[in-house]
Amino acid sequence: MTLLPPLPHGRVRPVVRAPAAVLTRRAEDVDPRDPEVVQLAADLLATQRVSPGCVGLAAPQIGVGWRLFSLDVTGHPKTRSCHGPVVLANPSVVAASRKERGREGCMSVPELTGDVRRATQVLVAGVVPVTGAALTVETDAFEARAFQHEIDHLDGLLFLDRVAGAHGLHARSVYL
Amino acid sequence: MSLLAVTVIGHDRPGIIAETTAALARLGGNLEDSTMTILRGHFAMVLLVSADVRAGDVEAGLAVLTVDGTLKVTVREVPQEPDVAPTGATAYLLSVHGADRPGIVSAVTAVVASGGGNITDLSTRLTGELYVLLAEVDLPASADAAGLGARLARVADSLGVEVSLTPIDSDLM
Ligand SMILES: [Zn+2]
Repeated sequence: MTLLPPLPHGRVRPVVRAPAAVLTRRAEDVDPRDPEVVQLAADLLATQRVSPGCVGLAAPQIGVGWRLFSLDVTGHPKTRSCHGPVVLANPSVVAASRKERGREGCMSVPELTGDVRRATQVLVAGVVPVTGAALTVETDAFEARAFQHEIDHLDGLLFLDRVAGAHGLHARSVYL
Repeated sequence: MSLLAVTVIGHDRPGIIAETTAALARLGGNLEDSTMTILRGHFAMVLLVSADVRAGDVEAGLAVLTVDGTLKVTVREVPQEPDVAPTGATAYLLSVHGADRPGIVSAVTAVVASGGGNITDLSTRLTGELYVLLAEVDLPASADAAGLGARLARVADSLGVEVSLTPIDSDLM
């Protein structure tokens, strides 16, 4: 079963880097059936796929303040539950529990990583672009972390806002 | 524009950072990277500041901090280091703990250095008899992490301390 609706051909878009106002404002709800929203979903997935090691991308990261993201943790060694490629509009975290610390990087903050505590069990709700169907996803481990990171982007939050302690920020030594 | 390393060390109290950075701002200095912590109650800070001012003038500007004799300030010019190029290195967390005795840090870090490891972050704490060392180590792709781990285990054994070397992977989202 795939959660992915049929999408048009996606275009690779440039990724916005912090500091940028679009990354720190709450993004706006969208109409999931709007063709522009559908195209943006395709563009997010296309841009994410050409970015090595990138498991998710939120619309503000390509300069659009809409509540929409793409995500795909397939094949990542820390993945347990996996829903394959996902695009989700107007999402929110409904329930979250069992926090663990992990080190995150972000395409929009390319030279730093940070130690961030995130829930390892989450329930996420949103709507599917194209169909507009309501969707809830229950997941864990790495996919749960990725959902929280992307939804944070839609709330205008970067991992920098969640670093666990003043010495939890690191130079990114490994470039993919 | 020169790059200045400013160190401030001494008795901790509220306001040291505010006073230091206000003085630097008056001199037109721009803060780049900095780190600060408390070591056994001592305030310890290093700031890298870019400024159009000579080190001696900055030290004079910071003299206000040292008048009561509880803080020591040094300022010296340092070269601009090139941006870190993509290295392909893998980061590891080195953890050492056990009964305190002389030479733990030197013995352990000598093994790290001989294995090609570069320490990028280090903190040590002594509480009672317990000594704890945590370090982040970059190992180049060519290094033998398993071999380094084995050599660290032998040295730790001879020191009577526990050691672990575990990869720290960061994930791009
Ligand atoms: Zn991100």
